[in-house]
Amino acid sequence: MRLSRLGSLRQLSCWLLLGEWRAYPLRALTAVAAIALGVALGFAIDLINTAAYNEFSAAARSLSGQADLEVRGTQPTFDERYYPMLATRAGVAQASPMLVLDAAVSGQTSPLKIIGVDVMRAAALTPDLVGVPVADRPFDTLADDAVFLSPAAMAWFKTRVGGRIKLRVGTNSVSLRVAGGLVRARAGQRIGVMDIGAAQWRFQRIGQLSRVVLKLTEGVNLMAFKSALARATQGQLQVLQSADETSRSASLSRAYRVNLNVLALVALFTGAFLVFSTQALSVIRRRSQFALLRVMGVTRAQLLRQVVLEGGMVGAVGAALGIVGGYALAATALHFFGGDLGGGYFPGVQPALQFAPLRAGVFFTLGLAVALLGSAAPAWEAARAPAAQALKSGSEEGALAQLANPWPALVLLLTGALLTLAPPLDDLPIFGYLAVALLLIGGIALMPRLAGAVFRWLQHLPTTHAITTLVLSRLANAPGQAAIALGGVLASFSLMVAMAIMVASFRVSVDDWLSHVLPADVYIRSAASGNTAALSPAEQAMIARTPGIARVDFMRLTQLNLDPARPAVALIARPIEVSTAANALPMVQTVAVPAHSLPIWVSEAMVDLYGFSPGKQVRLPLAGQWRDVVVAGVWRDYARQFGAIQMRLADYRSLTGDTAINDAGLWLQPGTTPAQAIARLKVLSFGAALEYAEPGEIRTVSLKIFDRSFVVTYLLEAVAMVIGLFGIAATFSAQILARAKEFGMLRHIGVTRRQVLGILAAEGGLLTLMGMAVGFVLGWVISLILVFVVNPQSFHWRMQLHVPWGLLTAVAALLLLAAVLTALIAGRSALSGSVVRAVREDW
Amino acid sequence: MLELRHLTKSYTTGRRVLNDVSYSLAAGEFVAVMGDSGVGKSTLLNLIAGLDSPDAGAIIVDGIDMAALDDNAATQLRRARMGFVFQAFHVLPHLTLQQNVALPLLLNGADLRRADAMLEAVGLGGRGADFPRQLSGGEMQRVAIARALVHRPALVLADEPTGNLDPDTAQHILLVLRDELRSNGASAVMVTHSHAAAATADRVLILSQTGLRPA
Repeated sequence: MRLSRLGSLRQLSCWLLLGEWRAYPLRALTAVAAIALGVALGFAIDLINTAAYNEFSAAARSLSGQADLEVRGTQPTFDERYYPMLATRAGVAQASPMLVLDAAVSGQTSPLKIIGVDVMRAAALTPDLVGVPVADRPFDTLADDAVFLSPAAMAWFKTRVGGRIKLRVGTNSVSLRVAGGLVRARAGQRIGVMDIGAAQWRFQRIGQLSRVVLKLTEGVNLMAFKSALARATQGQLQVLQSADETSRSASLSRAYRVNLNVLALVALFTGAFLVFSTQALSVIRRRSQFALLRVMGVTRAQLLRQVVLEGGMVGAVGAALGIVGGYALAATALHFFGGDLGGGYFPGVQPALQFAPLRAGVFFTLGLAVALLGSAAPAWEAARAPAAQALKSGSEEGALAQLANPWPALVLLLTGALLTLAPPLDDLPIFGYLAVALLLIGGIALMPRLAGAVFRWLQHLPTTHAITTLVLSRLANAPGQAAIALGGVLASFSLMVAMAIMVASFRVSVDDWLSHVLPADVYIRSAASGNTAALSPAEQAMIARTPGIARVDFMRLTQLNLDPARPAVALIARPIEVSTAANALPMVQTVAVPAHSLPIWVSEAMVDLYGFSPGKQVRLPLAGQWRDVVVAGVWRDYARQFGAIQMRLADYRSLTGDTAINDAGLWLQPGTTPAQAIARLKVLSFGAALEYAEPGEIRTVSLKIFDRSFVVTYLLEAVAMVIGLFGIAATFSAQILARAKEFGMLRHIGVTRRQVLGILAAEGGLLTLMGMAVGFVLGWVISLILVFVVNPQSFHWRMQLHVPWGLLTAVAALLLLAAVLTALIAGRSALSGSVVRAVREDW
Repeated sequence: MLELRHLTKSYTTGRRVLNDVSYSLAAGEFVAVMGDSGVGKSTLLNLIAGLDSPDAGAIIVDGIDMAALDDNAATQLRRARMGFVFQAFHVLPHLTLQQNVALPLLLNGADLRRADAMLEAVGLGGRGADFPRQLSGGEMQRVAIARALVHRPALVLADEPTGNLDPDTAQHILLVLRDELRSNGASAVMVTHSHAAAATADRVLILSQTGLRPA
């Protein structure tokens, strides 16, 4: 049986690979499982987010249909007088006006999107938005009481064609007849379409439009037309093309999606470390075997390839399983929980899962790459080891001598520190993530030197106890092997500490913020959601006159479109005094403004995204005109990631003439309880339509939403922890099994089994303690990056640092217990063989 | 077959272990090298194998100057022309006996069936599917000898091949080694502390601070 040279080497490679896997199947399986889990989580999260985002964007784009351009106002609606100008403009082939409203629904926390269209024009440009009437009422598309609902909306209202639905307008309701369906609406898309004139009348938006979609004449230069139109409207209207809409949709959830993906990749990182420790220990154990192969004629390159191949096989099998598992996980999650992973960015979306070969390829490559990277250093060591020395037993620590060089680690740490100073890249904290990765790798790489120094110092403590001496001697004299075990603890614990501190800091900050922004005794809202419910001046006066109410702060919430490529900014008008703004808002910076200027107070996101820095004079589009205002201060806002502006209600009213309000905060007179006040308000003619809440209820609900939005974070972190624990277990057991000869010798010279187990427990405990101590410091530093770099650059809000000592102590105790138990279990296994045989084995 | 010319070697600590070592090994010759501990016997084998390089002097194997070879070329030469037997056996624990013996054949792209014949020759016929953990020390060394000779090397280097064996087993192993060397026409250099082991060689040399000389 003669094989070609290449065939022979392949066979040798197979023998070595299968021999190793046959001998240590559990270890190989653990490494494969770690990579598979990491890839599966990353791929699943990416699939779910991509599916949800695609569906969400498609639903948003469907409102523009076949149009080339879309014209919007800088506020939710604009004067319909612009429409003739747009429709008759040279270069416009067709124009279709639309009124888009989020209609409040009594008893529901989310609104129904109502789209008013001119059905004749919509048929050409946005055919998806043309309702299908029943056969005997073909003109219902023009009826003033008819609405056409998407299947999801019909299901939501539990109604069908011929039924009626009630929507809120002001504090009243309007009843609409369900005249037909929208057959081309997307799955989960809750919309209703009606005639634009009927919508303007029914929802009290006479003379107002939300957007006009335009189809240009063939041959017209799109970009030139767009620029000219924007100039012609003097900034009062925004001209968008589909790329702008895509960008706008993407920015809504991009930071969230990227952060979640990065978090999912943490599991893959800990998996990579598991592969590294498994491979490194395997290479150390087989150092003399590899040396023998070198002596017998295996070249360095062949040996390097062999060890890399082992890691590569683990990576390939793990990544392939991860892709399959990730797809199954995503399908299951979408089936049971929908497309929103708790962040609230994709409400109601029901995306269909699609296998994306390119993305699968990326995640497969990532899984393979981390496994190859994990194998690279051990492979390099195996190849470069001098064969004659490596053949001698006891040379194992020499294999790790390179690890003790602190310079690469220090360079990584320094580079990581410098990267924290870099600005965001394309609105994402790319350098922040890189800094975290470099600090983590640098910290792990520094462990051999650190472990050697600490355990050498401990070794000098006076002790006459043989077992203690043995434990400390080994840890001090074999810091490389100790460091590999420490690395696993360090990676898991530091990431856990960092995430725990970040989430706790965020939660405590949100809690404090809620206390600050909810100073009133009772809050009322015209509706739980949507923009069609509001309170008129007469209704406001009735509330203010209600017995037991000492003071009312009315608030008007609306939106401004300041940048076509970004989501809208919230505009909140309320009673604020310049001198006491800090009492009403959680200010982070204030400046004095000129006496006759119009002050506004902006959230931190406005500074980051629009450059609205304190003291700066800026222009806001209000009621069709650009108004000069001055930024009087910056306040913290955890509710609106894309920016919010507060201004005095009196200023807003005088500039816009809009006297309606959405919300109010009520301060009660002494002796009046919130329940009494609410009861009195409910008897008002419109009182039953309002939403009432005490600050405590709002706070509870808000924190519940906060916790729900972090459930996936906790889950991913837990998986990373579990993989980390597996890594620790695999590392300890590999090291202990490799030391069977040492334990056999100890047993020969009179050390009892119990004492050997004591040695292992002490070693495991000490290593874990040290790993946790350094892991805490590293985790704390990483948490600073998450809190002060990644979060502000992702979500444009800052927070105060809070360390959850109780949680960290509990996890540390759990980790310590797990590590000691792992060491003991592996020790029992190592001691179960023959003592005599252990000392005679030649490897 | 092998020519050592005025070899000199010092450790990195500065201690000189080989001093002007010269010898010419004829084809098919089996020599034993004895000497005190630390005198450089194993170092001499490492130099011959190309695993280490001398400070001065030359090593010629089959007319090839080892100093002219880079790591890859030295590896190729070892693979094709040399066999090794170690004191600590160094049998790969997760390969069967047949696979262990067949390793050099695989590396040289040769017919694997000779592995079974070699196992037969060293008295382990029919046990090719066993694993090393099922063997005694003497049996493991027989596997090592089979592996050293299976690809018909011109030169076998043996470093204390009986150091871990009892006298009876050691004597038997040495006879197996000698017989197999002869039947394969291989030359051999065996480093040993054992006079009994050395007696099985064609010639005994003593390595000392002053060089290599006949006993």
